[in-house]
Amino acid sequence: MTLSEGPAAVPLLSVRGLTKLFGSFAACNAIDLDIAPGEIHALLGENGAGKSTLVKMLFGVLQPSAGQILWEGAPVTIVSPGEARRLGIGMVFQHFSLFEALTVAENIALSLDPKISLARISDEAASLSKAYGLPLDPKAHVADLSVGERQRIEIVRALLQNPKLIILDEPTSVLTPQEADRLFETLFKLKAEGRSVLYISHRLEEVRRICDRATVLRHGKVTGACDPKQETPASLARMMVGSDVAEVHRDAGTVLGDIRLEVGNLSVPARTPFAVALRNVSMKVRAGEVLAIAGVAGNGQGELFDVLSGEYPVAGDEAIRIRGKAVGRTGINGRRLLGAGFVPEERHGHAAVSAMALSDNLLLARSQSDRKAFLSGGAFSVIRFDAIRSATRRICEVMDVRKSGEDPQASSLSGGNLQKFIVGRELDRQPAVLVVNQPTWGVDAGAASRIRQALIDLAKAGSAVVVISQDLDEIFEVATNIAVISEGRLSEPHPAGTLTLERIGLLMGGIHESHSIPEAAHAH
Amino acid sequence: MRIELQKRANVSTLFSIISPLLALLLTLVFGAIMFWLLGKSPLGSLYIYFVEPLLEVWSLHELAVKAAPLILIAVGLAVCYRSNNWNIGAEGQFTIGAITGSILPVLYPEWHSWAILPMMMVMGVIGGALYAAIPALLKTRFNTNEILTSLMLVYIAGLFLDWLVRGPWRDPKGYNFPVTKSFQVEAVLPEILDSGRAHWAFIFAIVAAMALWFMMRFMLKGFEVSVLGQSERAGRFAGFSARRMAWFSMLLSGGLAGLAGISEVSGSIGHLQPSISPGYGFTAIIVAFLGRLNPLGIIASGLVLALTYLGGEAAQAALQISDKAARVFQGMLLFFVLSCDTLIHYRIRLILAGGKTAEARA
Repeated sequence: MTLSEGPAAVPLLSVRGLTKLFGSFAACNAIDLDIAPGEIHALLGENGAGKSTLVKMLFGVLQPSAGQILWEGAPVTIVSPGEARRLGIGMVFQHFSLFEALTVAENIALSLDPKISLARISDEAASLSKAYGLPLDPKAHVADLSVGERQRIEIVRALLQNPKLIILDEPTSVLTPQEADRLFETLFKLKAEGRSVLYISHRLEEVRRICDRATVLRHGKVTGACDPKQETPASLARMMVGSDVAEVHRDAGTVLGDIRLEVGNLSVPARTPFAVALRNVSMKVRAGEVLAIAGVAGNGQGELFDVLSGEYPVAGDEAIRIRGKAVGRTGINGRRLLGAGFVPEERHGHAAVSAMALSDNLLLARSQSDRKAFLSGGAFSVIRFDAIRSATRRICEVMDVRKSGEDPQASSLSGGNLQKFIVGRELDRQPAVLVVNQPTWGVDAGAASRIRQALIDLAKAGSAVVVISQDLDEIFEVATNIAVISEGRLSEPHPAGTLTLERIGLLMGGIHESHSIPEAAHAH
Repeated sequence: MRIELQKRANVSTLFSIISPLLALLLTLVFGAIMFWLLGKSPLGSLYIYFVEPLLEVWSLHELAVKAAPLILIAVGLAVCYRSNNWNIGAEGQFTIGAITGSILPVLYPEWHSWAILPMMMVMGVIGGALYAAIPALLKTRFNTNEILTSLMLVYIAGLFLDWLVRGPWRDPKGYNFPVTKSFQVEAVLPEILDSGRAHWAFIFAIVAAMALWFMMRFMLKGFEVSVLGQSERAGRFAGFSARRMAWFSMLLSGGLAGLAGISEVSGSIGHLQPSISPGYGFTAIIVAFLGRLNPLGIIASGLVLALTYLGGEAAQAALQISDKAARVFQGMLLFFVLSCDTLIHYRIRLILAGGKTAEARA
């Protein structure tokens, strides 16, 4: 590829006063940004800061309401992703667009000129992936690949267009630390070739590690442009959040009580072709304990939550015990009546019905556990709206849920505020057992620290808490013990103090401690 | 050029409320155009069609007679649709309800007891519910699309009725006409007032609408219906079962359609014949949507659609136009209701070549 020999006076990409309005809401407000050739440029910001909107405008998915995009000094209008590719912009999205039933080569072929033969694509993809340290088998079916490998397909697909600028949207959010290291090496290779990378993230450590410059967004505006290597995580966080984030406090040396939640050697077959089967999962969670379950997305976290919550009861009644009672075949409300509470990962359409009021969403989770308070009229089950509204008010006050109006629709709340309500809805009952899946996914830093603190406080008050999370920082913040889930297997728990990031990374990658396999004993 | 529907950020409350009225108005406007194209005076025709039937006592009775099955069926369908189960086969459940309800008067014409009428009603409900149980079973068991199965069963029910009244149930003294014996007087649903034909079916309809309104508004069951209709996953989280809801809503709507069927036969016709319904089961779908799937709204929309039947009959006599005009009005009404609702939630975007966009305000 040819590079301009002159100094980096002419940026590869410049953005001047770029604005995107949705109605009267400015998702991006007069954004200025320069990306020099051959640099890794970070775009930092919390969820909802406007990163995705900005990137979509650069890739031609959205059209700006105002402002200008300059490509190698000349103003351009990017009307479509195709146009962006022609200019030399490649993009790797956070959510992959791959067909699971097709092979790697077939998936790549879909985005290219239909005249190119599949064999040639296979060869090129194989040589490219080798050159950039992204090992990939072109004949493998996507359904069989890990998330990290799927991401490599997207990267190779982008590289095949020979782009000058590659945009990566939160690439490490689905990777183990080791996989992330591999990705960084690839990025350094790209940089050495003179290509530029726009790297979108909210992980401060990795931005400091690999990026040359950073632009920080908050509420759709640029709040800082800096050299991340000169900054501390705290100073970067301040630019992102606008104020210092409250630290989570935890007392050392909590005394653990009796076993509240017990899973014994539970195996569950996969419900759908693309689900993960759970294999020999065992765990014991005691009163006062926070058991954090780490793992890369798609390794059985959702499936584990489904069986713990009882949304999908399991065949063996004895496999799951809550407060000593066998509940494997009991549904979710039966488990709630035993004092358990549950917070699923997906807020909209699982933990809450978006188009329903908050008070209705309170009834959603507690219609049976709080039957006496919320329903009257015996078998007619007439809803007591007054009692539910006052409980809603109480929860919103305790969790500092910011909302417009007295009882707004769930969809009108921001992710963080809705999550505070959903967690608060369970905490309000003082559950003896709480199972939470991704408690702070897509939640702003302020709400996240409040939720984590609430989980720790609940355990301190004598409840058993299970936190399933992909966020290692979060896990170290809240956990008493840490176990790792990988390919549907759960590792032994380890006390949080004894584990390092590296060791968790190895466990997450699927390297297990040597298990004594019971079948082997019979193999005479 | 491409036309896209884009979801609106805010839905106007005002327009959500007046949407059915807007649809009604548009139907009248286009109805007037239709009359004009047919060479009739538009205003005069609309008067004959929509106003004249409301001016006399006997025709108000007829209005109640026609509205009763529409409302009975539509309130059941509303619960069904709110729970995301799409029963399109109310016409068939109506027919089967009419048949099972008629077993007693047809087979035991000499039985004179007050008990026969309540038993007929109950058997009609059971028949309709059992017929709706077929698509429910297919859906919950084999994941079959209930829209297709319930619709196909309509035609089976219609042919079964035809076979019955031409074959085994035909009145031997009926000069070979395909009708059953006329029901004994104890098996005829009584009239409400002496002044006209309106019978107890209208009272059933109002009671059913009130009861289901109470259920949807105040009871946990109604909450369950709404939750499962909006998100099955959230419903599962709440401990509600989508399978059980499919059964509940199909049996409920089938039962009400069956009640409508036997009431119509017992109260309005007095015997079974090949054709017992001018498409009540299908028109009730329009009634349900025009009433915004709200049982109280359905009482009003049921009366409006009943008026299109009456107007159709009047227009036949006074204007010499086909009774198909009534179906055209009903079709236009459904079309405008659905398009008004769509445009309240979405706006139309024209995407011209070259990526330039033009926005059309709806």
